[in-house]
Amino acid sequence: MSSHYEAPIREPLVIGDKTYHDISVEIAAPVLGKANKSWWIVFSIALVAFLWGIGCIVYTVSTGIGVWGLNKTIGWAWDITNFVWWVGIGHAGTLISAVLLLFRQKWRMAVNRSAEAMTIFAVFQAGLFPIIHMGRPWLAYWVLPIPNQFGSLWVNFNSPLLWDVFAISTYLSVSLVFWWTGLLPDFAMIRDKTTSPFQKKMYGILSFGWSGRVKDWQRFEEVSLVLAGLATPLVLSVHTIVSFDFATSVVPGWHSTIFPPYFVAGAIFSGFAMVQTLLIIMRKVSNLEDYITVLHIEYMNKVILLTGGIVSVAYITEYFIGWYSGSSYENYTYLSFGAATGPYWWAFWALITCNFIVPLTLWVKSLRRNIVWTFFVALIINIGMWFERFDIIVIDLSKGRTPSSWAMFSPTFVDIGVFIGTIGFFFVLFLLYARTFPVIAQAEVKTILKSSGEMYKRLRAEHGDDFNHAHGHVHVDNDPSAGEPAANEPDRDYLSGTSNEEEVDQSAQDALIDTELKRDMVDAMLARIGTFDPAVQTADKLQKLTDVGPLMEQKLHQLGVYTYNQISNMSLQDYEVLNTIIDSFGDRARRDDWATQAANLKNN
Amino acid sequence: MIGQLRQLILKIINMSGKVLHALYTDDDLLMQAVKQTRNANYHINEVFTPFPVHGLDKALGLAPTRLAICSFLYGITGLTVATLMMNFIMIEDWPQDIGGKPSFSYIQNMPAFVPIMFELTVFFAAHLMVITFYMRSKIWPFKKAENPDVRTTDDHFLVEIDAANHDIDRLTKFLYDTGASEIKLIE
Repeated sequence: MSSHYEAPIREPLVIGDKTYHDISVEIAAPVLGKANKSWWIVFSIALVAFLWGIGCIVYTVSTGIGVWGLNKTIGWAWDITNFVWWVGIGHAGTLISAVLLLFRQKWRMAVNRSAEAMTIFAVFQAGLFPIIHMGRPWLAYWVLPIPNQFGSLWVNFNSPLLWDVFAISTYLSVSLVFWWTGLLPDFAMIRDKTTSPFQKKMYGILSFGWSGRVKDWQRFEEVSLVLAGLATPLVLSVHTIVSFDFATSVVPGWHSTIFPPYFVAGAIFSGFAMVQTLLIIMRKVSNLEDYITVLHIEYMNKVILLTGGIVSVAYITEYFIGWYSGSSYENYTYLSFGAATGPYWWAFWALITCNFIVPLTLWVKSLRRNIVWTFFVALIINIGMWFERFDIIVIDLSKGRTPSSWAMFSPTFVDIGVFIGTIGFFFVLFLLYARTFPVIAQAEVKTILKSSGEMYKRLRAEHGDDFNHAHGHVHVDNDPSAGEPAANEPDRDYLSGTSNEEEVDQSAQDALIDTELKRDMVDAMLARIGTFDPAVQTADKLQKLTDVGPLMEQKLHQLGVYTYNQISNMSLQDYEVLNTIIDSFGDRARRDDWATQAANLKNN
Repeated sequence: MIGQLRQLILKIINMSGKVLHALYTDDDLLMQAVKQTRNANYHINEVFTPFPVHGLDKALGLAPTRLAICSFLYGITGLTVATLMMNFIMIEDWPQDIGGKPSFSYIQNMPAFVPIMFELTVFFAAHLMVITFYMRSKIWPFKKAENPDVRTTDDHFLVEIDAANHDIDRLTKFLYDTGASEIKLIE
């Protein structure tokens, strides 16, 4: 329909011939299927790192901050570096969901869920550091303005450190409800899709009983828009206030008026780098390449280029103004000739290389669209942004105004252990999320399917913008086991578009069977193992076979394989057909001996 | 309790309680069907959709939501709370001279309070609006879902039409002509 028009010059955001049902199946698949071995391996490593970090935190708290490498000159080091690094990473999520929503950027829908999850998990890590750094974390509640036993001594509302408490807790809690509200319809989809009673119960609770009434959706959209409007200044305020922690001091290198915009740009820069790192892996592991496409990666690389450019301009400005001031103290700030050639030269050059030089390669379109290169650049930026905060804190403090107190900092194993522990904790949370949450906002992706889906774009190109796709491509359930049988089935003829069911079936199969040769192979296979007639037979639960998830089941359905009986009739010849036609099938039918399994299931 | 009462009232209003559930498999088809159904003077009780269908609320004649106005009022509340709190704490209860900047009056010291005033405005506006949304739409943990067909969170669109005082056969025929793929009579 013309209301779904989008300029043909825009590349599709959803690849392949997807129907709404396909989107549900493919996004529910990682949740409903079983975890593979690589997930368990990565999860175990993350868990060990997390436990190691807990050990280091317990050691720090029980012994004292002295176990860190801090000294009289350098009283902030890894802890605050890690704090700012994690808060910065936590900026991309709300930027994607809020700012890009206000700008009506459709590509945000495939990445916002995971970016918001990343935000929330990163802010958890960030929050740990100031609390541990207090030394007596059980007194952390003293930062709250509550009446207390010390007369009426209150917190100091003039202090940027207190502003931070308010900014970060507001940011965390608002991001959390924004995320959760968006999750409700997707949890509801999983609740209604799963066959396990336990999952049904759990997702029923998580989805808050979301039913999808039209009034609910109207409110949902309004709430999303208003939350985006509120979160946009909020996300800018958070890192602005973090930068005030430094900018309101009198330390050379910290006392800088460009810190707020520069910190915000740096935060978005590092946040997008982390989103790239996570999503490039996740799209592969969870089979979401059709939704998180190279185009999405390129768009994010463009944001990285922009914010990286802003950060680079800030570096040059800092360097130039420090030099131009002629002040001898400025020659020891983190962006100065003194820093580039002094004892921390390696940290200076790590910053310049990782944040300035390497990201410049993204100006080249082929590199911007190269997934391996993007992943590499994203990792480098993550490292570079950690060094930026390390440089700001440690280099600036190491050479203060009194040369007699100049000092170097070297971390102890506890400093390193706590940092590694937060990385472990972050990945534990993210991996659990990837297995239990719908990682793409499927309800929102469905709204852009007709405007930005590859199939609809092609249909518009072939039939013109005013063609009514509704009648030509009404979706017919390929899976007769889904839902209850329609009492009105024989009357389907009223629906002009679907009377020709054979043709519709054919189009669903096209995704897998793209050549005549493959069609002949499948037909021959069905002739050997038997065909499935939905009118007289019911489909079996193919997911009971070893290593068959919802996605594989759907693929088998597309080939016309629905029952245990068909599979029990399979021979090596038929396995070969499956190997050829289904990507990543990897000879699993022979390996797991499907025919025997199916024969057993059939007789039970 | 309230839910039961509401159901009872609905039952009294709609004595026979008969409704038809018409399922559609396409959003454009649904929009067209909703318009046709309303033009034919049938009453649509409810529509369940798997994703927000733009313009459907207007096609159904729903009033716009006032949640944004609520949010604005909550934001003003938050700003007031922040101002009163910091005025009490920093100016009235224990004024201090911090960094040569004595706390004589709120307005003079206000620049330092702007960040917290902003944060609390956002905090109140966002959270209270979301809570209002949950309450108004009756969604909260342990709430039972009320969509009549599980496929309405996947790829089906369900329209619930008031069938009392109508010839069921004619209504059914009418709905088929609007493109419904399934029709069920709910007594």
